[in-house]
Amino acid sequence: MGSYNLTHLKELESEAIFVIREVVAQFENPVLLFSGGKDSIVCYHLARKAFYPAKVPFPLMHVDTGHNFPETIQFRDKLIEETGARLIVGSVQQSIDEGKSTEEKGVNASRNKLQTVTLLDAIEANKFDCAMGGARRDEEKARAKERFFSHRDDFGQWDPKNQRPELWNTFNGKKNMGEHFRVFPISNWTEMDIWQYILAEKIDIPSIYFSHTRDCFVRDGVIMGKTDFVETKDTEEVQPMVVRFRTIGDATCTGAVASTAATLEEIIEEVASTRVTERGGRSDDKRSEAAMEDRKKEGYF
Amino acid sequence: MEKSYLNMDLLRFTTAGSVDDGKSTLIGRLLYDSKSIFEDQMEAIQQVSDRKGEEHVNLALLTDGLRDEREQGITIDVAYRYFATPQRKFIIADTPGHIQYTRNMVTGASTANLAIILIDARHGIVEQTKRHSFIASLLGIPHIVYCINKMDLVDYSQEVYNTLVDDLEDFSAKLETKDVRFIPISALKGDNVVHRSEKMGWFEGATLMHTLETVHIASDHNHIDCRFPIQNVIRPQTTEHHDYRGYAGRIAGGVFKKGDAVMVLPSGFTSKIKSIDTFDGEIDEAFAPMSVTMTLEDDIDISRGDMIVRENNKPEVSQDIEAMICWMGDSPLKEKGKYALKHTSKDARCMVKEIKYKVDINTLHRNEADKVISSNDVARVTLRTTSPLFIDQYGRNRNTGSLILIDEATNNTVGAGMII
Repeated sequence: MGSYNLTHLKELESEAIFVIREVVAQFENPVLLFSGGKDSIVCYHLARKAFYPAKVPFPLMHVDTGHNFPETIQFRDKLIEETGARLIVGSVQQSIDEGKSTEEKGVNASRNKLQTVTLLDAIEANKFDCAMGGARRDEEKARAKERFFSHRDDFGQWDPKNQRPELWNTFNGKKNMGEHFRVFPISNWTEMDIWQYILAEKIDIPSIYFSHTRDCFVRDGVIMGKTDFVETKDTEEVQPMVVRFRTIGDATCTGAVASTAATLEEIIEEVASTRVTERGGRSDDKRSEAAMEDRKKEGYF
Repeated sequence: MEKSYLNMDLLRFTTAGSVDDGKSTLIGRLLYDSKSIFEDQMEAIQQVSDRKGEEHVNLALLTDGLRDEREQGITIDVAYRYFATPQRKFIIADTPGHIQYTRNMVTGASTANLAIILIDARHGIVEQTKRHSFIASLLGIPHIVYCINKMDLVDYSQEVYNTLVDDLEDFSAKLETKDVRFIPISALKGDNVVHRSEKMGWFEGATLMHTLETVHIASDHNHIDCRFPIQNVIRPQTTEHHDYRGYAGRIAGGVFKKGDAVMVLPSGFTSKIKSIDTFDGEIDEAFAPMSVTMTLEDDIDISRGDMIVRENNKPEVSQDIEAMICWMGDSPLKEKGKYALKHTSKDARCMVKEIKYKVDINTLHRNEADKVISSNDVARVTLRTTSPLFIDQYGRNRNTGSLILIDEATNNTVGAGMII
């Protein structure tokens, strides 16, 4: 390789840093959505790189469904403390208590969809004009058409057929009062890139990404962790299994995979040989063929 | 030697072709043969194909991501696809063949290193081949690969292929693109896509995948003319970094080294590079497209929109811009109209002083009589900007040679400009 050629990870890193810096230049009050999952951890890492030696000039916001794996919250709080970030928590429980959202009922009940209400409320309450997120285009087909700078109207809605053209690396963040943007700095990264980058950069991630033994049950072919928030049917047998999580979402709808991968190297090997997409274990995407598109139009991340 | 992920590089390419030329099949083939289609994705499209009573698995369903697209069987927007081989990571900008064609292809082409243009071996060069080639050339894509597809339907005939290549060579000589290649393939059967064709032993060139893996892209960036547009000024205001004043940005051209004598535009002040800083420590040199932070020896007033360059190699500083504009607005481009403009990290406003001619993107013919520039038209214009831009010719630098126009009433991006 020539001396003036970047590796793919370095080029993706540079692109993401460029995007994050554009956000800070073009918006008055941006925020980084932070779920405690690996993609948002990588985004925060990139933000720290973008403004070094200064501090990250925007807060992180966790839209908390209240249905978390405890490991995620412990990890989040430790990271915030160590790096001195500002954290805002938007609570889905509070939206429910205030009557803005209604809890789903039944065994498949999930607060995943309710996050949208809390997210849009928090954006409005904090007067954020740009919410950055760790979504990637390879995750889901509706996301493959998402822009880096994605315009939202004053109801927070996405209009996929009327997106602004995005040319070169010239990003247009102009908007009217009341509108906001979603920006996705790691749009061009794949699941594999994320893992390789976490390994190359020695980034800390929550322990539930690595193989461990946990009480689980199987529903619709997906392994689910047993938590206080999930009702199990009589036919569903809870038993200890050796698993790890490929994504960290709401505990009620995030599936685990049977895995013995206990190191980053082993995870990378597993991802390289795996034949199912990482969202394949998320029941929220399985609700219909256009489930993600519908949620995104309403204002989901 | 197999490369590890730590030294793979990245190739961005765009695919163009007319309707029914097998573009979706080709992309499906690349993804499938490189094992980038997952079981659950394959299962999902298999189910849909079955439900619709289609004979083959419809690989186009992989790329049509929106509900309207699947229902109407059309592609509306640029979709980005990803795959990797042990050599390289690839980003495909997959652009639709009909609706809003120019707008979408220009968008996809603006960041591409390479364009694949598909041609149906039975039909040869058609109007759309010329249009796709012209857009690829206009957008400065360094490499064009013409894939002569559906060779299985012309009995893998060397004669058909040779005649087509002769025609294409004549035609492509008019383009700016210097690296033009030809590959006979069958996307449906897989000939010369990932695996060498047994039916076309007469073809001695590389397969498409081998071409994608090995085409030389290190020199696609300009490493000669030093250009560093400032995005942000970094001022930590902490005790440890009390007087730190760093200039953050992405190198748009050239190689900057610690100690280099530099000039800041527009002020014209000169200084030396004191340090090139990253989160991982100081580095000795930086080149496009790296994102870095620079500090200078002297305290100079620098802000976003300024540019650090070398004194003996400056961009042109001008308020009068000659450009080719690809128009994307719903209402036509207005002569004497005013628009907001973005060029690197600089914001300005401009007036369209003159529309010189419209380009027929099928024939490259210049029409000086027709000055109605509607969506998907390409025109040569003169702009007058409110403040000077620091510009290079687009052909020399795609970063400092490009600009976008924005409608001030709707905030929409309405024009893509290539500076002449």
